[in-house]
Amino acid sequence: MDAELIAMQLFSGVALGAILVMVALGLSIIFGMLGVVNFAHGALFMVGAYAGLYVATLTGSFWWGLLIAPLAVGAFGMLIERVLIRPLYKRSVDDPLLLTFGLGYVLVESVRIAFGNEGMPFPTPPELSGVADLGIGYFPIYRLFVVGVVAVVLVLLWLGLEKTRFGLIVRAGARDPQIMRVLGVDVAKVWLMVFGLGVGLTALGGVLAAPMRSVDPEMGALVLAEAFVVTVIGGMGSLVGAVVAGLLIGIAVSMTALFAPEMATIVMFALMALVLLIRPQGLFGKPGRA
Amino acid sequence: MAMLEIEELNAWYGASHVLHGLSLAVEPGEIVALVGRNGAGKTTTIRSVMGLMPKATGSVRFAGTELLTLPAHARFRLGLAYVPEERRIVPGLSVRENLQLGLLAAGGRIDERAAIDEIARTFPRLKERLDQQGVTLSGGEQQMLAIARAMIAGPRMILLDEPSEGIMPVLVEEMGALFRRLRDEGVTLLLVEQNVEWALRLADRAVIIDQGEIVHSSSAAALLADKAIQERYCAV
Repeated sequence: MDAELIAMQLFSGVALGAILVMVALGLSIIFGMLGVVNFAHGALFMVGAYAGLYVATLTGSFWWGLLIAPLAVGAFGMLIERVLIRPLYKRSVDDPLLLTFGLGYVLVESVRIAFGNEGMPFPTPPELSGVADLGIGYFPIYRLFVVGVVAVVLVLLWLGLEKTRFGLIVRAGARDPQIMRVLGVDVAKVWLMVFGLGVGLTALGGVLAAPMRSVDPEMGALVLAEAFVVTVIGGMGSLVGAVVAGLLIGIAVSMTALFAPEMATIVMFALMALVLLIRPQGLFGKPGRA
Repeated sequence: MAMLEIEELNAWYGASHVLHGLSLAVEPGEIVALVGRNGAGKTTTIRSVMGLMPKATGSVRFAGTELLTLPAHARFRLGLAYVPEERRIVPGLSVRENLQLGLLAAGGRIDERAAIDEIARTFPRLKERLDQQGVTLSGGEQQMLAIARAMIAGPRMILLDEPSEGIMPVLVEEMGALFRRLRDEGVTLLLVEQNVEWALRLADRAVIIDQGEIVHSSSAAALLADKAIQERYCAV
């Protein structure tokens, strides 16, 4: 086993983790701010991939798919929050959970009806095909691109949260929505946008992931499970945690696949169990916050 | 026209009926002390005015605008600010950011830097700690921050829930001077207090609430002199 192979597999894990980061971040933002565990998040990842494929086919350009699908699915997410989830805020926390759980099935079946049961190929755009020699080995250009896009999104997200007025509202609103209300902030409007943002991120993850695999109606199920593992390891509601744990899981799964392929799926649950035993609130979570 | 006019206010926490047809008026530019025993309904009155009660009926007008039909966030935008008893300094945010929260509703119409400089002159203790986490301040400093956050956008009226609670006497005196200065600048204050003596020395008028109703209303000086009524409604 040579160093080049290990480096390639490590990088492959980073690319896999980058996708997971997008999905888990959306999940974590929505939970941290709205207290809603969004079980439709995996299905929305899948819808993002299909939307990307649809737009790319329609326009003949991957780039339009990459740009429009997250925005369109994010807007769809806002509609979901406004129409389906908002009436449930004053009720038990289980209600939004059950609703999104059911919504996930509705989305999967709808896509099945519209696009069929079979997986569909999502070709890698020609300008991003092939491999690049980085001196330590050959890396698929598309994966480098994925990591780059996720890095840019993370920087923008960080700047948006730390440096803008909207970011301040989001950070404060997650901690104390009531004080925001008596300081004149329409928290409902903020929640609407946060839900849209979270859904847009998972949809972006879906479009980015699509060329590395095929697109099928069930593709969101495993991703949702992985994203939950990531948020549990990182700490529910912690954005830094989602990033670190996402990369950690991506790399762990990828490296295990190299040495013991049959253990690849188990390793992430083993990691989760380990973290729960040692640090139940997750790596970056705050203790006692449900 | 009264700055704040409450008429026949009823409020409930679930099935428990807390305010029973309470009526109260606060004139522009005065300090009114709202006193009474624990559980009499002081905090509930303020929370009803700010739109934080699950159920409230009757009428609450602020500068002529009916509040009860407005969402909570719209009330602050009319120039009605609130300093809650628990202070509610937001964790994870610096002192500066907590102050910025008070300017969010203005949506950029107020120059943030100038407003923070101005408020730092009023609260020198906060000035040295602008980049510190808000929750690491002492109790008294957190109270100052909560007041600063409520007044930074220049409200017409401030509702204060037990601002003197758990604070060093020297800071309480400082706070009293600040409230007098605000009144002289034309800001109307409704002060809910357990520290009756201090509140009455500060206020122009005094109102006693008991079991969800107003039972006494007079000048603050008159109530300060009337130990019998104080004993009857405010003794713990």
